[in-house]
Amino acid sequence: MTQPFANSRLRAADLLPVGTLGLRTRRLRTVLSVIGVAVGVAALVAVLGITRSSQADLLARIDRLGTNLLTVVNGRALSGDEVPLPVTAAASIGRTDGVLASTPTAVMNGIGAYRTDRVPAYRGGSMTVRATDPSLMSTLDGRLARGVFLNDATVRYPVAVLGYNAATSLGLTDVDGQRIWVGGHWYAVAGILEPLELAPEIDWSVLIGNPVAAQDFGYDGHPSRIYVRADTPRTAQVADLLARAADPQSPSEVNVSRPSDALAARLAVTGAGTALFLGLGLVALCVGGIGIANVMIIGVLERRNEIGVRRALGAARRHIGVQFLTEALLLAVLGGMVGVAVGCLVTAGVAHRENWALEVPAVAAWGGLLSALAIGAVAGLYPALRAARLAPTEALRSV
Amino acid sequence: MTFALELDRVRKVYPGEPPVESVSGVSLTVHSGELVAVVGPSGSGKTTLLNLAAGLERPTSGSVRVAGHAIERLPDRRLSGLRAYCLGVVFQQFFLLEQQTALDNVAGGLLYRGVAAAQRRRAAAEVLERVGLAHRVHHRAGRLSGGERQRVAIARALVGRPVVVLADEPTGNLDSEAGAGILALLRELNHEGTTIVVVTHDADVAAAAARRVDMRDGRVIKDSGSRPEVGSMP
Repeated sequence: MTQPFANSRLRAADLLPVGTLGLRTRRLRTVLSVIGVAVGVAALVAVLGITRSSQADLLARIDRLGTNLLTVVNGRALSGDEVPLPVTAAASIGRTDGVLASTPTAVMNGIGAYRTDRVPAYRGGSMTVRATDPSLMSTLDGRLARGVFLNDATVRYPVAVLGYNAATSLGLTDVDGQRIWVGGHWYAVAGILEPLELAPEIDWSVLIGNPVAAQDFGYDGHPSRIYVRADTPRTAQVADLLARAADPQSPSEVNVSRPSDALAARLAVTGAGTALFLGLGLVALCVGGIGIANVMIIGVLERRNEIGVRRALGAARRHIGVQFLTEALLLAVLGGMVGVAVGCLVTAGVAHRENWALEVPAVAAWGGLLSALAIGAVAGLYPALRAARLAPTEALRSV
Repeated sequence: MTFALELDRVRKVYPGEPPVESVSGVSLTVHSGELVAVVGPSGSGKTTLLNLAAGLERPTSGSVRVAGHAIERLPDRRLSGLRAYCLGVVFQQFFLLEQQTALDNVAGGLLYRGVAAAQRRRAAAEVLERVGLAHRVHHRAGRLSGGERQRVAIARALVGRPVVVLADEPTGNLDSEAGAGILALLRELNHEGTTIVVVTHDADVAAAAARRVDMRDGRVIKDSGSRPEVGSMP
């Protein structure tokens, strides 16, 4: 009576019910392990999401402001004061290939601007008085908050346009009939500028026309800072040419900078911070994985009898191993899904507060889930092997 | 002729200082349809003998054949298949999954044969009715009395129609009334043709079996022999 028999096998359809048995019967433990992984994944997703959203915001700003603005100053300035460039600088920069527009400005050193003539001159503010011409508006792509900019007529008269911070500092919110005391002369306020992100020094400036500057303060035509709009694709090459154009005698003393680089640098800074926080998120995820490993090892010890009975009922070693590995993977994937959801919510919250467009990179969601899965696999492997290797009679010994 | 169970000079030695020889050279054949009681004091090696017969351990030397298949030569997955198809085991501590219903516990007896869930449940319901638990099918195992739990465990061992059912002290954790019920059930099942080997130190259980094998210190010291109408042994 030789009875034939087949290899033992576990249907794929039975794997889930068998693999979730431990999760269903030990709910609190399941929830806690899921939270452990979820914290790590949420950290990863939120870091990536917040970084991406803020970078998207910065990129949009850079796009809006343009990356083709260059500023030319004299590099000899030591104290932060601007030092004059040659008189010919503006004209030769204007002739340089690839330059679309340029506007010279000159700081009137030692000249202060005040609300009244009663303020002692030594109490100079943080404002500078700067001579320029009407093209500054278009070169900087600036916008007026109030009033009008200098024009060809007003550059000859004591008329001033205030940078955003200068106006705030002087306590001016409107221009109607307002006048300010500039270096011993009354100037009518014609307009107030909106903040200029790429030219913050203009925000702190009181702008007056070149002719009136020559007349009132003896301005000799040496610019101290020249704003240049270059043809965007050629901006870098143009920047290389500007030093020689500005000062052919000593080009090394001329500094050419690209203010949008500061924003680009902030972009890089957010990226650098991301790596750090991503690392912290990974650490959290690993801790979550260790939590799973712990719970699984305890589970294997507690469920020795179950393992023994399953072996007696015909489970092969692999079926026991797969059962416990499934359990660990399910814990991790549940944690991953909860983590991705929480990470997206956190990103949405921050984006809402900062007025950014919400953007969670798909790689963060997938990466979060996959890293959870990987952690689950690693964390579940040892307990699963241990369960699989447990000798049936050992497992059936009453605990 | 092939026997349901055939042990040939089986030895089982556990490594250690000094090594422990639990079973030393046991030869035993069980015919299809027999009810055998293996009796002995604790430490006589009877549980080890049952584990060997159940394919839960491999002999150090000698041969254990279940339905003609020598377990010592089978790789893990084949041996597991043998357990799933040819063997049913009942334990003193029942070892049910407490959170699951009686039905699911019994259906678990077919889980590792790759039988579909619906079919497993149908078979389980039938066997539960046979062991007198038709009214407890959907109760959780943890809520059943000791006698009922052991009936569930017996049903789980029976559901795959094994060649031989091995029971290790099946009445050991039960009061005398429940124990008598289980004993009666085992006898009925045997009358219906199920081959059963019971390991026990309980005299009542031993007395209920047609054949009694006495063990001491890992050896068979007395074997009352097979029933003449079934076996070929004297």
